[in-house]
Amino acid sequence: MSNFPLLPQFILIFAALLIPLFKGKLRAALALVAPLAAFASLLQLQEGMFWKINMIQFELVLARVDGLSLIFANIFILASFIAILFNLKAKGSVEHFAGLLYAGCAVGMVFAGDIITFFIFWEMLTIGAVLLILSRKSITSMGAAVRYMLVHVVGGLILMAGVMLHIAETGSIAFGEIGVTNLSSLLIFIGFGVNCAWPFLHSWLPDAYPEASIGGTLFLATFTTKGAIYALIRAFPGEPSLIWIGTAMAIFALFYAVIENDLRKVLAYSLINQVGFMVIGVGVGTPLALNGAAAQAYCHIIYKSLLFMAIGAVMYRTGKSKATELGGLFKSMPWTAVLCIVASMASFPLFNGFVSKSMIMSAAAYDHQTIAWLAMVFGTAGVFLLAGIKITYFAFFSKDSGIRTQEAPWNMLVAMGIAALLVIGIGVFPNQTLYQMLPFAMEKAYEPYTLSHIIAQLLLLGFTGLAFSLMLLAGVYPAEIRSINLDFDVIYRKTAGLGYRFFDYSLNEINRVTKSSTIGFIDKLSDFATQACANVAVIVSRPFWAISGKSSDKIEELSNSIRKKLGRGTLPFGFAGSMILAAMIIMVAAAFV
Amino acid sequence: MEENSDKFKKSGKAAIATVVILAIVCGLLFAADFIFLSEQFDKHAYFEWENWPGFYAIIGFAACVILALFSRFILRPIVKREEDFYE
Repeated sequence: MSNFPLLPQFILIFAALLIPLFKGKLRAALALVAPLAAFASLLQLQEGMFWKINMIQFELVLARVDGLSLIFANIFILASFIAILFNLKAKGSVEHFAGLLYAGCAVGMVFAGDIITFFIFWEMLTIGAVLLILSRKSITSMGAAVRYMLVHVVGGLILMAGVMLHIAETGSIAFGEIGVTNLSSLLIFIGFGVNCAWPFLHSWLPDAYPEASIGGTLFLATFTTKGAIYALIRAFPGEPSLIWIGTAMAIFALFYAVIENDLRKVLAYSLINQVGFMVIGVGVGTPLALNGAAAQAYCHIIYKSLLFMAIGAVMYRTGKSKATELGGLFKSMPWTAVLCIVASMASFPLFNGFVSKSMIMSAAAYDHQTIAWLAMVFGTAGVFLLAGIKITYFAFFSKDSGIRTQEAPWNMLVAMGIAALLVIGIGVFPNQTLYQMLPFAMEKAYEPYTLSHIIAQLLLLGFTGLAFSLMLLAGVYPAEIRSINLDFDVIYRKTAGLGYRFFDYSLNEINRVTKSSTIGFIDKLSDFATQACANVAVIVSRPFWAISGKSSDKIEELSNSIRKKLGRGTLPFGFAGSMILAAMIIMVAAAFV
Repeated sequence: MEENSDKFKKSGKAAIATVVILAIVCGLLFAADFIFLSEQFDKHAYFEWENWPGFYAIIGFAACVILALFSRFILRPIVKREEDFYE
């Protein structure tokens, strides 16, 4: 195999650049073929380091092909194919362009063999994401896009500072295990945390995902957070603080998901919960846990995409995504409803969430991480309640909203169907599919399907469903109401206004004072200079006028006329003055010669 | 609150039937969990409480109740704002 094989990220990015040149069906076909071609090239790759390029004193490696990069590249390309198929009828070229670019950068990032290449692709993710948020073309999405960009630029700067310090300290650009040991590694850690939506760094996620276009959300929900999980597995496996960070993520986001009315926002919060599972897996750091984190990323992308697609199809047909406005849609959109139910059951045995999530939970139990384990049991029940039951119930069942519409278009149904097949296929045959791709060698193969495990999971989820329906009947379950819920972003969204006003008042006031003092001073000086000449002239002339017997009225008139003429610079210039000036010019010239 | 339960009741007998079937299935599962009390079955438990029959049932039910009540009575009063709050 050559040292420069055709890399999938090149195909995706090249296709993205070609997209604006085509129109209509040709453009859709190109967008659809690109991920297929990328997948074909991915299958050709063999493990090793390729595309080594010497840049100044560093050797960049564009393709480090190993188990970890392969499993992430695999799901990223697969998810982009499903998303593009779902979004096939997108108007304009922006969504296909941004989607392919975003996917290409994500694949480029997981293949990056050195930290500089990694950083470049990491940063480029934001371009695709921001374009996809903007492609909704609403005022609120513009605001969300700007906030998304600012948050990720700040995160990127923190990461860049860490990367530069790290390179300076180690003298190497290798991107491998780093571990939190000093300032540089802490900065890199936090930079990853921004994209990973850690608590307090998370609010860009529920802010932006529901604002993106219907198709755009699929890309957003796939690449950024899971790319950060990849980076954490690569650089910080077994970092103990990640267990606590993940535990917090698995719990707090669910409470927001309960009271959130916008169903895409419910999914965004439950996505944070699921990423929390992966973060715990990275923190535990055993081969089983790391495999679990990678497997969970793989499966989660599929079933979360399916949920976003189902709600996206509802939005496409009804223009609505709020629980208060939806309900009873299973009559109009039965296929979408069934596919949504498949995704919502992802944690059940025979579905893919079961075989991946339980790896992380078992790994945490083997490692005696009691609190993280309990948080994940709680989180499994909670996320089924919210991303599963709540989404399906309020969109497709609940009270009939009276909306009568059509089933989703064929391309959306096919995309959702492929995702649903993957959800069930991986769940039924984990050993033939998912477990073949696990990146880290384990002592013994993991077996998710034991009788006790199946019954435990069914009990957990069954009683979750029972609790939901009993609480609905009893009127205990919080009503869906039209409102927004403050999250951490209130800090920068509201303080940004305060900051703006603060700088408006303070800086502009300084400007005003400086301007008025400078200009005022020069103004006064020029006034003074003009007046002074006139006054001197008047004072000198007065005695001569008096001697020549002019009346006092005449003297006043002459004084005023001199003041006016000097003020305007229109004093008649006499013959003597001309002679003096000429003489001065000649003297000056002579002095130079 | 009332609105939600009304919605559910209005959807009629089907809803009640769903709940009853769900309750029966849950009851059967709960009973099934007791077979592990027998020595013949190894529950692969890593924590002692996993051996308690119905542990997962209780935690699943409790998780939902905690989520619903905390969100409704503590979180929502703190964070709820009008939809035009940021405009």
